[in-house]
Amino acid sequence: MSERTETAAPATVPAQSAPVSPAPTGSVDSGARKGPGPVSWLSWWRGEAGESARRNLALIGVLVVLIVIGMITRPDLYGDLGWVGGNMMTILKLASAVGVVTVGMTFVIIGGGIDLSVGAIIALAGVWSTTVATQQFGAGGMIFTAVVVGTCVGLVNGLLISYGRLVPFIATLAMLVAARGLAAEISDKQTQVSTNQTINGIASESVLGIPVLVIILVAVVAAGWVLLNRTTFGRRTVAVGGNPEAARLAGINVRVHTVLLYTLSGLCCGIGAVMLTAQANSAQAAMANLYELDAIAAAIIGGTLLSGGRGSVVGALLGVVIFATITNLFALNDLSPEAQNMVKGGIIVAAVLVQQFRFKSLTQFFARNRLSSTS
Amino acid sequence: MTQHDPLRPVRDLSRRRLLLGGAAVGAGALLTACTSNETGPTGNEQVKEADAGANPNASPGKRVVIGFSAPAADHGWLAAITRNAEAQAKVYSDVEFRTVQAGADAAAQRAALSTLISQKPDVIVMLPHDGKELNAAGLEAMKAGVPVVNLDRAFPDALAYRLQIKGDNYGMGVAAGRYIGEQMKAKGIANPIIGEIAGMDELELTQERSAGFAAELAVYGFKVKNRRAARFTADTGQVEASQLLRAEPKLDAVWNHDDDQGIGVLAAIQQANRSEFIMVGGAGSKAAIDAIAADNSVLKATVTYSPSMASSAISLARLIGQGRGMSDLVELQVPKEITLASETITKENASAYSKLGF
Repeated sequence: MSERTETAAPATVPAQSAPVSPAPTGSVDSGARKGPGPVSWLSWWRGEAGESARRNLALIGVLVVLIVIGMITRPDLYGDLGWVGGNMMTILKLASAVGVVTVGMTFVIIGGGIDLSVGAIIALAGVWSTTVATQQFGAGGMIFTAVVVGTCVGLVNGLLISYGRLVPFIATLAMLVAARGLAAEISDKQTQVSTNQTINGIASESVLGIPVLVIILVAVVAAGWVLLNRTTFGRRTVAVGGNPEAARLAGINVRVHTVLLYTLSGLCCGIGAVMLTAQANSAQAAMANLYELDAIAAAIIGGTLLSGGRGSVVGALLGVVIFATITNLFALNDLSPEAQNMVKGGIIVAAVLVQQFRFKSLTQFFARNRLSSTS
Repeated sequence: MTQHDPLRPVRDLSRRRLLLGGAAVGAGALLTACTSNETGPTGNEQVKEADAGANPNASPGKRVVIGFSAPAADHGWLAAITRNAEAQAKVYSDVEFRTVQAGADAAAQRAALSTLISQKPDVIVMLPHDGKELNAAGLEAMKAGVPVVNLDRAFPDALAYRLQIKGDNYGMGVAAGRYIGEQMKAKGIANPIIGEIAGMDELELTQERSAGFAAELAVYGFKVKNRRAARFTADTGQVEASQLLRAEPKLDAVWNHDDDQGIGVLAAIQQANRSEFIMVGGAGSKAAIDAIAADNSVLKATVTYSPSMASSAISLARLIGQGRGMSDLVELQVPKEITLASETITKENASAYSKLGF
């Protein structure tokens, strides 16, 4: 609790006085960084600001370990460089739809909420955009429908939470059930095949050798990073999640901001629905099953605090890629999905344990060290 | 906290709120026009027309009330079951069809069934959520003098049903294994690399299918190199297939358990630009049968697990209610157990099956 308020309060004040002040690099709360020079780099690395960089590096370390395991277990495949490149793209494509959803989820969690309805929103947006009537409007109409449906459902979530005073968990749980029900109603429980070649092409085409899905993922993550770290909106999100009361006193309209966060999550789901529909050439009410858990898990191991006030979009992306790499690794070695789920669970627990360890002891350890060296 | 509510708005934003609300309502109105599915499932039912000239059993007889209960459909196959039963009942002028919602689980279905039993229909046709859990409901109906037709999910107790009609999951795997085995032999591939994309792994039916597949492949001396389990949905089929294709840069054959998830499997194959292998589907959906007939993808065959069994169940329930037998058999009554053979649909016979696709 104490860390949250400490990190949130300083972030709030500059956001109000100078919204477009040139922000320092690193995470949101990078006030600890001093001028250039090797010594300050070291202290930046050790301090609060280096926190997210350290965490991301740890996640990259996990990725490297996973890839090394792949190399050891399937040397026949990893010996072929062309295959390695193609496999990397397969992993990123696998991560693409859930990655986009995770960006929205990260914002919601940083803002102190949770969105359990993301999978259901994807299903509703996907089904709505692949009905016979919508498909007549062509690719543009389908994308428009998916994005608008997703955004509107997110908006409803936000209004229920902000103005209906529903707990986010309950409001989005209700939406999870209702949106899947509506999706089943619209699709009449059928799998709706997308016959639109432009939509299906999103999953099969590449630009300059990079699959379109991966380009969308990178673009959304980049936009999310800028929004979180370089705009007033991002600073307000951190403030609202860290300490809503302080944020309100600082002049932020917490209610409107909360609505915007859930709307943003809905928008991401709409984009994700287009990507998933393209990949499966179809949509149905049962699609994107349990995506909410994948997205929350990825955000958490990426370093986002479930209680809000802190988080990283890049970390969330790394979390999604780690999960996709595990799926890939298990497929390469013909291992069962049960074992895969157990490993996933283990990684989530380990990530949270490491997170607690870092907060409770590591920072204190560094703080003590610094104190003793200066005195 | 009670004094300073963090959620209280600082200033009034009713104008922006109004704009947002207006936009939502406008988009909603625009989009509701987009929910129609005109070429939906209608017109795709699998029914036996009542032709009294060809079959004396089709001539109208004693009036029969058939009660029907099946789980709420969350999958194309289950939706087809309910549709087929309704359509077949409509064919007969002497059948009154009463359907009760089975609800979301076995308990809800049990409750619905006891309501149905109290109405005393002549026959009950039910596809239980779970044969073991609904066994007692079957017994209750039979004790009340209402014959029960069990559709697909068997009751453990033989006293709980008058007729059991079901598909053959093990046989489905065998049929897929045999087709792949024969094709590999014909192509002279001694050591084929075979992939399998199963359905939901926790279901008994998936395990039976895989067991039949493995047993039949063993006859040819083959075995499955890589087995992935999807969740009977197109998006999970796509995920598992794309990973399988990565794991095996060269494949000779793939069996995908379910044609609905096969939409995603075929999408993944097309996205990966692969075509060096043959694929066998499962269940026998209309899209799959059309693709086999067109012969323009890796999908060369599918092994059936046809929801047409629901239509047959209604026809047989009518005969049971009227005390008639199956006209081709010597027996004067309908037999007690019928297991559909899993048929293999290939390009050669696809036209005969196209009307049976769901």
